[in-house]
Amino acid sequence: MTINEIQDSIIEEFSLFDDWLDKYNYIIEIAKDLPEIAQEFKTNDNLITGCQSKVWLNAELENNKIRFTADSDAIITKGIISLLVKVYDNRTPQEIMDSEIYFIKKIGLEENLSPTRANGLLSMMKKIKLYALAYNSKLNN
Amino acid sequence: MSLDVRKIRDDFPILKQNLYSGQLVYFDNGATTQKPIQVLDILNEYYSKHNSNIHRGIHYLSEKTTQAYEKARTNIRKFLNAKLDEEIIFTSGTTEGINLIAYSFGEKYIHEGDEIIVTRMEHHSNIVPWQMLCERKKAKLKVLDFDVHGVLKIEELDSLITDKTKIISLTHVSNTLGTINPVKEIIQKAHAKNIPVLIDGAQGIQHQDVDVQNLDCDFYVFSGHKIYGPTGIGVVYGKKEYLDEMPPYKGGGDMIKTVTFEKTVYNDLPFKFEAGTSNYIGAIGLDHAIRYISDIGLKNIANYEAELAKYATNQLSNIPGITIYGRAEEKSSIISFLVDNIHHFDVGMVLDKMNIAVRTGTHCTQPIMDFFEISGTVRASLSFYNTVEEIDLLVEGVKKVKSLFN
Repeated sequence: MTINEIQDSIIEEFSLFDDWLDKYNYIIEIAKDLPEIAQEFKTNDNLITGCQSKVWLNAELENNKIRFTADSDAIITKGIISLLVKVYDNRTPQEIMDSEIYFIKKIGLEENLSPTRANGLLSMMKKIKLYALAYNSKLNN
Repeated sequence: MSLDVRKIRDDFPILKQNLYSGQLVYFDNGATTQKPIQVLDILNEYYSKHNSNIHRGIHYLSEKTTQAYEKARTNIRKFLNAKLDEEIIFTSGTTEGINLIAYSFGEKYIHEGDEIIVTRMEHHSNIVPWQMLCERKKAKLKVLDFDVHGVLKIEELDSLITDKTKIISLTHVSNTLGTINPVKEIIQKAHAKNIPVLIDGAQGIQHQDVDVQNLDCDFYVFSGHKIYGPTGIGVVYGKKEYLDEMPPYKGGGDMIKTVTFEKTVYNDLPFKFEAGTSNYIGAIGLDHAIRYISDIGLKNIANYEAELAKYATNQLSNIPGITIYGRAEEKSSIISFLVDNIHHFDVGMVLDKMNIAVRTGTHCTQPIMDFFEISGTVRASLSFYNTVEEIDLLVEGVKKVKSLFN
């Protein structure tokens, strides 16, 4: 599946919920799907601080594709990260660089990307793109 | 409860709105309070009919607005029971007020090796300006601790004070723990050694009568928006004997008498500290907010909020797995808590979707979080427009959170 196909499938899954709490219940469930970050990567370098919740993100290049692992101390944040990792994991840097994330807005979670939430998600999105940029230039050199 | 809360709620249009699935339950009053229609109307009236810059124009509107601005100063002076109008300085808020004093008092009175005392429960706004001053002057910041209940260890103050101590700055009410500090006792102890005291009234002024002469504090600072007034306006009360000696904090218009390139002569109090166009409509709005709560009566407000907070504390305490941070006997209507091992952010996110506005995080008091070894709390801060029914919704919400995350 392409990045956009995965985004569309997430949007479809979320369209089943008309109640906010059901939506959150689902996010809490998918938090469990997030590939766990190895303890050795839970370093300050990989920590994206927000005043509300912490996010750790690690990226490794494997067969020219980027593998992401992540974690958060808050479950809802972790659930949203899980969705992002589902979209971005095992992609080439170029695919990530060319992508545009629209599913978060479509499923009504865009408030989580506002700077006031200070939950590290916005910085995490930026960091994913930066990893893609860095690995891309590494691959092309 | 002697307040007619239904009638009061009618004065606050924002409280009537529906969010996701029901009416807003606003428990983030520690961050900012909502504004009564009396304040909203006066802001609208001034911008639509009277707006004109103060202290400068000789024309009709300027004269009227200047009068209203200065009347606001007088009314706030009366509200605080200060002696002189010139002891009331308008600022943009508590943070600017503390910065003004830390800078200006520091310039005059703080030298290398001097000491400043704050407490471990201060808002960052009452820590960082003093750290900046200490760095500038090579002075030392000392910290008065609190115990597990969130009560200051007053008995340690005597040993903390030395002949180098130049000022003590502490909060009236902790924005995180709700503790009402025994500021009068601390001021007496400090004054016995000729040390002035600054009280951060950001969370104190809106919940109880404050009489600066009775307290005998040397500075009292608060924000307009936390006392039902507009944002961007605040007050510094300072004793004239200090303010007269302190140099201006900012330079610009209105704070000068004469300006030449050789020498500028500063204006008298309070204008010396009000450089540039001040937020005069904010000050007028604040005046009307203060009139509004004065009409209800600070004692009535304090009694009602105390009962409401007691009810909330009891109801929340009945939920298994809840921990309340801040258990002082003397406590304001601020309740910080965590439930089970659920992250405060998760609690806040779910409560939000149940139309309940609470604060989550460190509340700009990281040293308190370090003390309790937690990353943050959920904070419900109550006002006199909140109701018992709203507390019940909060309790129900927290139970829902528990069932979602466990």
